[in-house]
Amino acid sequence: MNKFTKFLVTTAMISLPMLPVFADELKVGLITTLSGSGAALGIDVRDGFMLAIGQAKNSEISVVIEDDQRKPHIAIQAADKMIQSEKVDVLTGIIFSNLAMAVIPSVIGQGKLYLSPNAGPSALAGKGCHANYFNVSWQNDSLHEAAGSHANSVGYKNSFIIAPNYPAGIDALTGYKRTFEGEIADEITTKLGQADYAGEIAQIRASGADSVYFFLPGGMGISFIKQYADSGIDLPLIGPAFSFDQTILKAVGDAALGVKNTSQWNKDLDTPVNQAFVASFQEKYDRLPSLYASQGFDVANLLISANAKASIDDMASFQAAIKAADFKSVRGNFKFGNNNHPIQDFYIREVVKEGDIYTNKILNKIVTDHVDFYAAQCKM
Amino acid sequence: MSILFIEQLLNGLQLGVMLFLMAAGLTLVFGVMGLINLAHGSLYMIGAFAAAFTAELTGSFLLAILASIVAAAVVGMIMEVLIIRRLYNKDHLSQVLATFALILIFSEGTRMIFGSFPLYLSLPDYLSGSVILPGGIQYAFYRLVLIGVGLVVALGLYLLINRTRLGLQIQAGESDREMIAALGVNISTLYTIVFALGAALAGFSGALVGVLQSVQVGMGEPVLILAFVVIVIGGIGSIKGAFIGAILVGMTDTMGSFLIPDMFVYVFGAGAKFAGTIIASMLIYILMAIILLFKPSGLYGGKS
Repeated sequence: MNKFTKFLVTTAMISLPMLPVFADELKVGLITTLSGSGAALGIDVRDGFMLAIGQAKNSEISVVIEDDQRKPHIAIQAADKMIQSEKVDVLTGIIFSNLAMAVIPSVIGQGKLYLSPNAGPSALAGKGCHANYFNVSWQNDSLHEAAGSHANSVGYKNSFIIAPNYPAGIDALTGYKRTFEGEIADEITTKLGQADYAGEIAQIRASGADSVYFFLPGGMGISFIKQYADSGIDLPLIGPAFSFDQTILKAVGDAALGVKNTSQWNKDLDTPVNQAFVASFQEKYDRLPSLYASQGFDVANLLISANAKASIDDMASFQAAIKAADFKSVRGNFKFGNNNHPIQDFYIREVVKEGDIYTNKILNKIVTDHVDFYAAQCKM
Repeated sequence: MSILFIEQLLNGLQLGVMLFLMAAGLTLVFGVMGLINLAHGSLYMIGAFAAAFTAELTGSFLLAILASIVAAAVVGMIMEVLIIRRLYNKDHLSQVLATFALILIFSEGTRMIFGSFPLYLSLPDYLSGSVILPGGIQYAFYRLVLIGVGLVVALGLYLLINRTRLGLQIQAGESDREMIAALGVNISTLYTIVFALGAALAGFSGALVGVLQSVQVGMGEPVLILAFVVIVIGGIGSIKGAFIGAILVGMTDTMGSFLIPDMFVYVFGAGAKFAGTIIASMLIYILMAIILLFKPSGLYGGKS
């Protein structure tokens, strides 16, 4: 053996263990809302996702990002383009349920995987469940069911409930009523995107309820909470985390202080993984992560864990690797149920002010190992 | 029940006067220059952002409101001189396309400067809280202030149009553009002033309403649609029509979503509430269709 050959063999031996088990690169398409209203949510999912990808050593994952402008037809075009010309293996990123319903059935129909970082429409959780579709956030009803349980545990007897008139809004009211054992004083559905709630607040005042449950995501929630705080009504408010997440609390200000809300995650969850996530997110982006960021971060880590175990070319084993959920979730306990939706814990949080920053702190755990309502209808 | 009813009437009136501030500028610009300005909602947004920015910087609510008026007027003036001026002789399709492009430019521009997260703008202590009105009605003090401010601005506009030289020129501009130019009125200055006035009103209402709502990119477009309904109902170009139309739309929308679902339940049974909600959200458009059926150019639209 001459010197040169010796050199080659040695190099090969040294570098061999460093090669990944599967040399094929996993290509991920991230379609999310990066412009227009709702962009704050998509930006947080993207930033959480990319943070995890950046932290992984040698993850062999490449990411293509597209903006869906919160428009279903743009999201469909983006998905087609990613599958046909970019040849992505896995898609993720969509925030809003109506866009998810437009894109996901076609994506899984073309044999690709979809991992949902936010939307959990009921149509895909029950009879419509699919081996190629994994929800890494929650089924839409879940946070509302947890809120109903919370209302029971603090002894509310008569709730006024309000949500926008669209599928996720109806899911919200259904979810709350499913677990809440008291009376419903009145149930109001508002226009999607409504900005003035004077009329609804007047009805709350006259209703004789002892508590108010509302699901008004994004700007709608900001408007409602500000106007409610200024109306002089002092009935307790309960909501899901969406109206009290880190992206909007600053815009609500003092009006949100003390309000209780339900979430599967919070920045003060005391696990090493979560604390490291919060610290590194703050360091990289100079703001606190929202629950959307935590969900994006979890999706990326789930993918990284699956990609280390299996190759996407063998779809069945890759699906099994995802379903094993062999990653450290920032929310602590996390596993998939039979319908590929999370089995996880839910917490009650309270809006507080830490220094100059409005944020949430966890009060207590309200549900342990929550399985969503539709899981029983899924034949997987 | 009657207390709730009166409170809802006040809510309807408050929504109406705020819509009027938006609609007044839109109808003036259309009436005098014959221009459809879709970017009017962007001026509303600019007013709200200017107010939130100034409030954060100075802590003064009054300065914030002042800033909203000045910022929207200045942006309006620049817009008119640079772009809008070239559209007066074009057909409505070109105007719609160009001003739609402006919406996109303003929205993404605002996002580049202020980011995607909603801004904070809230009431000063002396305007917050609620008051007890005669009859035991508890009502948010700031909403009463809004009703007052809206009515004062409406009166001011009425006086401006009917009692001043500028108002005379605006009226003349509406009836015959070539003629007043021939009579020596500097028509391009007049156009800039009218456009800036409309912009200032939009910015002002953006700040006033932004206090109660979420100051975010895209906040102007839903209001713009309502403002178009208002001026179509009132008659395009008529300030008086815009006022009546705004109050009608405000009342119809508020009272409709309050009464119709319960009415449906009363007439058709408990299951009809959902249908009632849907009808209530269509009500202003139904109102518009009915009015146009009998008065095709709107309530106070002179010529068609």
